[in-house]
Amino acid sequence: MSVLAQTATTSAGCPQPGPRVVQERGQREVFCGLTSIVWLHRKIQDAFFLVVGSRTCAHLIQSAAGVMIFAEPRFATAIIDERDLAGLADCNDELDRVVTRLLERRPDIRLLFLVGSCPSEVIKLDLARAAQRLSVRFTPAVRVLNYSGSGIETTFTEGEDACLAALVPTLPASDEASLLVVGALAEIVEEQMRRLFAAIGIAPVAFLPPRRAGQMPAVGPNTRLLLAQPFLAETARALEARGAQRIAAAFPFGVEGTTLWLQAAADACGADRRRLHDAIALPQERARRALAPHRAMLAGQRVFFFPDSQLELPLARFLARELGARLLEIGTPYLHRQHMAAELALLPDDVPIVEGQDVERQLDRCRAAAPDLTICGLGLANPLEAEGLATKWSIELLFSPTHGYEQAGDLAALFTRPLRRRALLRGA
Amino acid sequence: MQLTLWTYEGPPHVGAMRVATAMRGVHYVLHAPQGDTYADLLFTMIERLPERPPVTYTTFQARDLGGDTAELFKRAVRDAYDRFRPELMLVGASCTAELLQDDPGGLARALDLPVPVVPLELPAYQKKENWGAAETFYRLVRACAGPAAPPPDMPRPPGTAPRCNLLGPTALGFRHRDDVQEIRALLERLGIVVNVLAPLDARPADLARLGTADFNVVLYPEIAAPAAQWLRRTFGQPATTAIPIGTQGTHAFVAEVAGLAGLDPATVPATPSRAAWYARSADSTYLTGKRVFVFGDATHAIAAARVASEELGFALVGLGSYSREFAREVREVAKSHDLDALITDDYLEVEAAIAAAQPDLVLGTQMERHIAKRLRLPCAVISAPVHVQDFPARYSPQMGPEGANVLFDSWVHPLTMGLEEHLLAMFREDAEFHAGAAPSHLGAAAPEPQHLPVWSAEAEREMARIPFFVRGKARRNTELFARERSLATITVETLYDAKAHFGR
Repeated sequence: MSVLAQTATTSAGCPQPGPRVVQERGQREVFCGLTSIVWLHRKIQDAFFLVVGSRTCAHLIQSAAGVMIFAEPRFATAIIDERDLAGLADCNDELDRVVTRLLERRPDIRLLFLVGSCPSEVIKLDLARAAQRLSVRFTPAVRVLNYSGSGIETTFTEGEDACLAALVPTLPASDEASLLVVGALAEIVEEQMRRLFAAIGIAPVAFLPPRRAGQMPAVGPNTRLLLAQPFLAETARALEARGAQRIAAAFPFGVEGTTLWLQAAADACGADRRRLHDAIALPQERARRALAPHRAMLAGQRVFFFPDSQLELPLARFLARELGARLLEIGTPYLHRQHMAAELALLPDDVPIVEGQDVERQLDRCRAAAPDLTICGLGLANPLEAEGLATKWSIELLFSPTHGYEQAGDLAALFTRPLRRRALLRGA
Repeated sequence: MQLTLWTYEGPPHVGAMRVATAMRGVHYVLHAPQGDTYADLLFTMIERLPERPPVTYTTFQARDLGGDTAELFKRAVRDAYDRFRPELMLVGASCTAELLQDDPGGLARALDLPVPVVPLELPAYQKKENWGAAETFYRLVRACAGPAAPPPDMPRPPGTAPRCNLLGPTALGFRHRDDVQEIRALLERLGIVVNVLAPLDARPADLARLGTADFNVVLYPEIAAPAAQWLRRTFGQPATTAIPIGTQGTHAFVAEVAGLAGLDPATVPATPSRAAWYARSADSTYLTGKRVFVFGDATHAIAAARVASEELGFALVGLGSYSREFAREVREVAKSHDLDALITDDYLEVEAAIAAAQPDLVLGTQMERHIAKRLRLPCAVISAPVHVQDFPARYSPQMGPEGANVLFDSWVHPLTMGLEEHLLAMFREDAEFHAGAAPSHLGAAAPEPQHLPVWSAEAEREMARIPFFVRGKARRNTELFARERSLATITVETLYDAKAHFGR
């Protein structure tokens, strides 16, 4: 670990308890925020994401989607060309033309996001002004918002954060006491949570983002804000600026995380603990049963996380505490200490957490540690497999329903499948 | 600004990556923001290469923009050299770094590395992937072969075998590896030695030997044409123009290389393919006049048009390409079929053209495969852009005699077979045999009648939220679970109890 020591920066102030956090800088092997569009465009059913960028941006989203989606996608790229850069064409006129063509083709669209990219940021194309101008023009049929998914400002899931943060100023105001669950969740997970909150006696409960542009939840000083995803720093800040109070909690992965998450919500909303206990007893027990066979497979297995989605800390906590895995290194693109406080407290003290990345040095450490399971991005998985390491590609952890009790077994299965498969295959 | 849903080609630096990744001993340092590293997955996930592409990205962030991104680039080049010790380095910028104007070439030269450094200027707002690959290959060939230029008109010593270079195959190419194997074997049967294969598997030192061949075989003009033109000018090497796709294309190619190699036409062995006989067999008469729409890169689209019309007896109802660089050639072929060529990289335009033509078969790229799926038309893929399915585990070339066989199989199998087609026409009312049914050899499952427990409305709603591709299995498992426990009604709880039970 001498390499780590070189890059360690001591944070100012008093030493903090919990795992050791090291910052690393160098080549990063991560997606940019545009990638979030791959799931966001399915979540809000009448929203469209128009990236204002280069051919690279278009190629990225198309490639990151892995398989192309059969239906006409609700995203597209307005590709900047040399005429725009040379000033021969006014970028704003061009953008208006593209948006008009798009909205003519898709009259079902109610919410249009202009998504900034690396090139649009570098040439300082003012998408906020463009969004205002276009909103006025297409009101009331379509609302136009903007955010940046550029790689120079956002990493992967931070694109969802930027998108949701852009929605916050548009939310209606309300003084009503309510619970707002924040983060794009699978519909099935959302329904399970609605039922659980109802059983616990928490009402009303709203979700951000909603499934339709016309169903934006209200926010105000009596809104309790519960993050379902660990990467929503900006969104939380914007909601807090509108008076919402954040409920500090671990994230709802695994039985423990889900219980702590629901408990924090119940306490904050003044719900009865016994009612909570009754509501979760059955699904908790069911989830433990579903986890048991996976625990048998993962107990004692040594796991290495490359940075990807900011889900790394809660997932590592789940692997260590509920499945008995041993953690070698937890890489994360960014560590939000405040939002992660509950997770940091649950993680074992002897695990190095590496914030940022120098991919070559991290690969050196990974090879030296020879983990039983490596969680990494799509660019690294097959090369590591070819070197003999079992890998789980991390993008799947975002593309499948993983939150809550009923998905705990599925989440564990994502980690055990590569191991199970290795045990099955002969003659390699 | 151009509105783009799907793109046929990536940016030009991805073309450069395809060349760098195909070669050995080359490392590419790309001045690019962090998200651009997505390009690695094209090679590791789509082509399933067991190594990372030899590319270092500077991955600058917003906070670096105020500082010294040029210094960041220099550090990345130095570190990459120290770590990978390549025989040659490529340096360049992606679209965003192009706007910073840091001059990667000048910065890298200033480092005075002990290996050749080839700077790439790939205008990202103007050009695309194939152009980028062609430009990169041309720059590499110039840099490596230029200093090694032999004196012109140096005759081959008598008695030595004719030699050619095999140019064009890259990483992430549509069946390039299999084509190379097929064409290399074909050339060897003719007694022609492959001097250098490039860029695939070539080292910089191999490129330095390019000038010692008698002629060049250009397999993929989209990638190798500029390099072959330079080699012609510099070394007087002629290059092939025939593309060995299809039985006739292969014959024309063999005749051309025999001429360039100075072989006696009488001694050239025949290159029979099973496809030619199959196409003549009685069974194939139903292929006559099937209406086919062709779209792809120029080389594959032109070849497919020829094979479809002259070797399978299809009728061409549309021909197009996204390769603007070769628009003239595509237009000429289209004209000979009384068609207007569709030269576009706008997916929506292609979709509209296919919908209007209503062909019996679409021969296209993965994009057209999706269009065809939506329009419920049979389709076979003939060209990049590639998908993981375009890297089959089996040997499956598009070129040469075996390539002709592969084309026959993969174009004919998606069609409804001969007699079945007649029966469909005769008995349209039949419940299982109607026009909307899939051809029988493409398979369909029969439903199984069962006495089932009753689903509660709430459980049905929950089921509808389960992804469609696992819904059938989830339904069967839940019902089995309920039957085993003699449950009369399936509730949401039953659904999740069954999930936990079968999930283990």
